[in-house]
Amino acid sequence: MTMAATLAPQREEAMDRAGALGAFRRSDAIFYWLTRIAALTVLGILGGIILSLVIGAWPAINEFGLGFLTTQRWAPQLEPTPVMGALGPIYGTLLTSFIAMLIAVPIGLGVAIFLTEFCPMSLRRPVALAIELLAGIPSIIYGMWGFFVLGPFLADTFQPFMIATFGQIPLIGAIFAGPPSQLSLFNASLVLAIMILPFITAISRDVFATVPPVLKEAAYGVGCTTWEVVRSVVIPYTSVGVVGGVMLALGRALGETMAVTFIIGNSFKITGSIFAPGTTISAAIASEFAESAGLHQSGLILLGLLLFVLTFAVLAAARLMLMRLELKQGK
Amino acid sequence: MNPIYVSRRRTDAIIRLLCLAAAGIGLLWLALILFSLLWNGLGGLNLAVFTEMTPPPGSTTGGLANAIAGSLILTTIGVAIGAPLGLLAGTWLAEYGRHDRLATVIRFINDILLSAPSIIIGLFIYGLIVVPMGGFSGLAGALALAVIVIPVVVRTTENMLTLVPNTLREASSALGMPRSLVIRRIAYRAARAGIITGVLLATARVAGETAPLLFTALSNQFWSLDITTTMANLPVTINNFVQSPYAYWKQLAWAGALIITFAVLALNIAARVIGGERTTR
Repeated sequence: MTMAATLAPQREEAMDRAGALGAFRRSDAIFYWLTRIAALTVLGILGGIILSLVIGAWPAINEFGLGFLTTQRWAPQLEPTPVMGALGPIYGTLLTSFIAMLIAVPIGLGVAIFLTEFCPMSLRRPVALAIELLAGIPSIIYGMWGFFVLGPFLADTFQPFMIATFGQIPLIGAIFAGPPSQLSLFNASLVLAIMILPFITAISRDVFATVPPVLKEAAYGVGCTTWEVVRSVVIPYTSVGVVGGVMLALGRALGETMAVTFIIGNSFKITGSIFAPGTTISAAIASEFAESAGLHQSGLILLGLLLFVLTFAVLAAARLMLMRLELKQGK
Repeated sequence: MNPIYVSRRRTDAIIRLLCLAAAGIGLLWLALILFSLLWNGLGGLNLAVFTEMTPPPGSTTGGLANAIAGSLILTTIGVAIGAPLGLLAGTWLAEYGRHDRLATVIRFINDILLSAPSIIIGLFIYGLIVVPMGGFSGLAGALALAVIVIPVVVRTTENMLTLVPNTLREASSALGMPRSLVIRRIAYRAARAGIITGVLLATARVAGETAPLLFTALSNQFWSLDITTTMANLPVTINNFVQSPYAYWKQLAWAGALIITFAVLALNIAARVIGGERTTR
């Protein structure tokens, strides 16, 4: 250090200190507001989504009103006034998600129970990792596989069998009626089920892992079998979280686009048979939106708004349930 | 033996078998998908896929070069916009807003955006960018991807910063560091691995996103690096080729699907290697 620096007047040093503190305060304030504005952007995105959907859907809301929800006919090119109704896509969305959940929830929970209770320790990590990686595969891959591989297989083997076995029975026969088809609601449901399966497994495995080991050990200590521990300790303890996770998966299934678009057949008609072609809200938007204009486009945006409201409600309920489980853990 | 014991054991064995079967079925389906992807994709994969442009209808030569380049550009811009915003927002939630009512609301909304249907994001960007700009553009596609990146990065950043021990923050504050420096120099450094994991997971998530690009970036048959006009990208190209009647297009679709899947799996594995086991969804 030079002599000049050590002999610098005390006043100047004090000025430097004040300046440095001021700079600190300024950069503190700038950083705080940057982060706060970024956090508010998240709310801005939600507001923007709702606003842009409502504005885009407004002409269709004005034209069709509540009749949109109860009309089955979809004729956007009809002259002079187009007819558009959401009943077909809503039916398809709810039905495919319902069937997908019916298949994926028991299997997903079974895999999760297998992974947390029955699986040998050395296999747990590889199997869990495989399932988590598969949860990350883009949905278009599932859709493509469904279109090229699963669709033809189902139309050649499974569907003819089901139609021959159950098609003649009164009442439930109608569900399996019709010719086998590569494009159908059932095929789309099955692809959806395969897609959400790793998701359900991963989330319920996480939820099952929150059970305190002491509780399980106590149950084993009084002589419970593994299944009794699962049924009487693990599931009651985690029920809220499991339901939350299942609803989260339902939210995904309802809004999934690419896994179903190729394989559902794009028919707005409701036939009642699960082997008939149908459509979902997201599939209708995906296949028609880019070439649409005017009232047709507005109608599609209104469909999007309906989907958003539906998934928002399901996802909000799911998150509230998962939050309750976290509170229980005292996090 | 006591008949009650026998029946309890039998139930246990049956359930055990059912769970094993469930695991078998789950892994079987997923193995089938990977198998047909490799089977069909490897056959179509050659150098031309990476060097030649997407073919016109009916052609039997051509590749996916413009689509691969377009996907790289869209994903890079999307992550470059979304990741810093998400990082800052996650920082506010973890560092400033821990006990704030507003933070609870933002956290809740963010969790919902995390699983919101991606096609809705496409509709949002269509109304926000495509309509005012007067046409489909790569920029709109990149912004749609950014909107999907933000919630993922917010979630992981917040989780990772919350894991940083408070004693670290207290120690650096006691040395006289201002709050913003404590966050940038200490908390970020301690949570670095986790934050990078979050960004990688977000990249993996948008790399294969198709629905929001269908009516934002659209697609382009030619080589184009101009983000103000339509831009070719792998997912939409696959989407168009799958539904086409041409055998060569379908072969290219399989090759493209294989490329995307490999890229996504590689990103996911990299994220897990960097972040260890502390990853979140």
